Amino acid sequence: MQRNIRLLKDRGVKRISGILLGLSFLMILVIVVGLCVKSEPLFEQQSLIEVLLGTVWSPLKGYFGFLPFIIGTISVTLIALIIAVPLCVSASVYLVEYASARVRQVVLPLVNILAAIPPVLYGVWGILFVVPLIGDYLAPVFGVSTTGYSILAGGVVLAVMVFPIMVSIMVEVLKTIPQDLRAVSLSLGATRLETVQHVLLRKAKPGIVAAIVLAISRAFGETIAVLMVCGNIPQLPQSLFDAGYPLPALIANNFGEMMSIPLYDSALMFAALLLLVIILGFNVVSRGILKRMEEINQ
Amino acid sequence: MSAIKRRLRKEKIARACMLTAAIIITGSLFFIIGTIVWKGMPYLSLEMLTQTPQGGFYIGKEGGILNAILGSVYLASLSTLLATVIGVPICIFLNVYVKKGSPLSRFSKLLFDVLFGVPSIVYGAIAFSIMVWLGIRASLLGGVITITLLTIPIVVRTLDELIQTVPNDLRHITASLGATRWEGAKVLLKYVKPGLMTAILLAFGRAIGDVAGVLLTTGFSDNIPIYLDEPTATLPLAIFFQLSSPIPEVQGRAYASALILTIIILLIVICTQYLASKQKKNRI
Repeated sequence: MQRNIRLLKDRGVKRISGILLGLSFLMILVIVVGLCVKSEPLFEQQSLIEVLLGTVWSPLKGYFGFLPFIIGTISVTLIALIIAVPLCVSASVYLVEYASARVRQVVLPLVNILAAIPPVLYGVWGILFVVPLIGDYLAPVFGVSTTGYSILAGGVVLAVMVFPIMVSIMVEVLKTIPQDLRAVSLSLGATRLETVQHVLLRKAKPGIVAAIVLAISRAFGETIAVLMVCGNIPQLPQSLFDAGYPLPALIANNFGEMMSIPLYDSALMFAALLLLVIILGFNVVSRGILKRMEEINQ
Repeated sequence: MSAIKRRLRKEKIARACMLTAAIIITGSLFFIIGTIVWKGMPYLSLEMLTQTPQGGFYIGKEGGILNAILGSVYLASLSTLLATVIGVPICIFLNVYVKKGSPLSRFSKLLFDVLFGVPSIVYGAIAFSIMVWLGIRASLLGGVITITLLTIPIVVRTLDELIQTVPNDLRHITASLGATRWEGAKVLLKYVKPGLMTAILLAFGRAIGDVAGVLLTTGFSDNIPIYLDEPTATLPLAIFFQLSSPIPEVQGRAYASALILTIIILLIVICTQYLASKQKKNRI
């Protein structure tokens, strides 16, 4: 009898936890199908290409061109990458190859704290520091007058936001490289820098790419911090100091009023779907690369 | 200059550059926190912490943001609780009941990895349309549902990684002693307990700091919520709204609110680091 109860419990737990897993599968299905169904009406009047490449955003007249938002997102992300990638690669190499274990033990937890800071605080920092810096000091140097609310500000804030994810993955990747490779290269007379350049970075390249791709997917979806510093004008940004309007900001800013204008809600749902698809793609690719690297280096 | 000297010089320069990069990245943390403390400190007062907004709060008159602090704590606690109740069994199922490396377990792990990356604004948008469809207005309940969806992947993924570090011997021993899989799972959970707390705290930190998810689903209110169906203020949203005000006094309060949020987050981080170090000692 005792045994039966134990087996019953075991089966009960199995069933309940299995059902919960099934529900989470269902949730994803609901998300994807729901977004597809909701954004479908948008394509009764415009084709996919018109929507993706249209530059006119005027919901009242029924024009929904997403290009300004797509360009806004891409340019903010690109700026962030241009700032963050070189810094993160060199910092990770320094931490793994040059720094002592004690320095690593202090720095890596600090980087993790950076990851725990909520986006809205990055936004506050952006408004307090990055925006005035660009508006009052940087832009006048180039002879541009701007409030500072620009895609450059968005890029800088995003760059700092993706530091932790990039550094922690790159450090992990560099650590998986077998010690023998370093020993061989050094014994052949290469300096440490040459070892890093020709052996380590080459070997770690897929992992670094994966870290960058993951950072991109984080940057693509970031809403509030970018929204706070980006200016939010639906235009094609011509320079670094122009305001931009990324996709997530579009959703966040307009959700409240979308019900009153026809097709507006399906346009915003399409924006969410677009984000979801792009991010899913990036995620799957980078996870695949990281996993293969792990297998190769084991 | 001989070739070797040039190479060594290059090495030195590169090393200095890398050190600078590391300092910039680490320094940015202190810089961000420093900026918020510096701007928020002058406006921080006991009144901010202990009062709800009074009449004219949003034009710079008296009051505090107790409503937002409590709202955030309610929201984050409820959703973290739900996420734990849902996430831990999923993780047990994947690690105990399903064979390692089977298609189901591999697929589920990929799925939660992907869900982990879905931005909160997408969760918010979906939850909002479901709420509109069901006729629920923006409320604490809506926020809790959205944030729960957001935090389940965090709990599952963090716990899963922890369970990977558990030596296989432990499973074999419990199984050989005649324990059922559920009893084995209980042993497993006991083993990773400090780590489980870390996962929960991580989820809590993410939940309390999120804006994009609650922006559409939770609404805003000057009252402290009593029931689940009331609109609720949250701390990050309070920061966001106060910051967009043109009145300096209100903006100052936004900085002070940001400082409060920073302190909460730092407390959570300290707890997680402490628990993580405990988990390391727990290893056999």
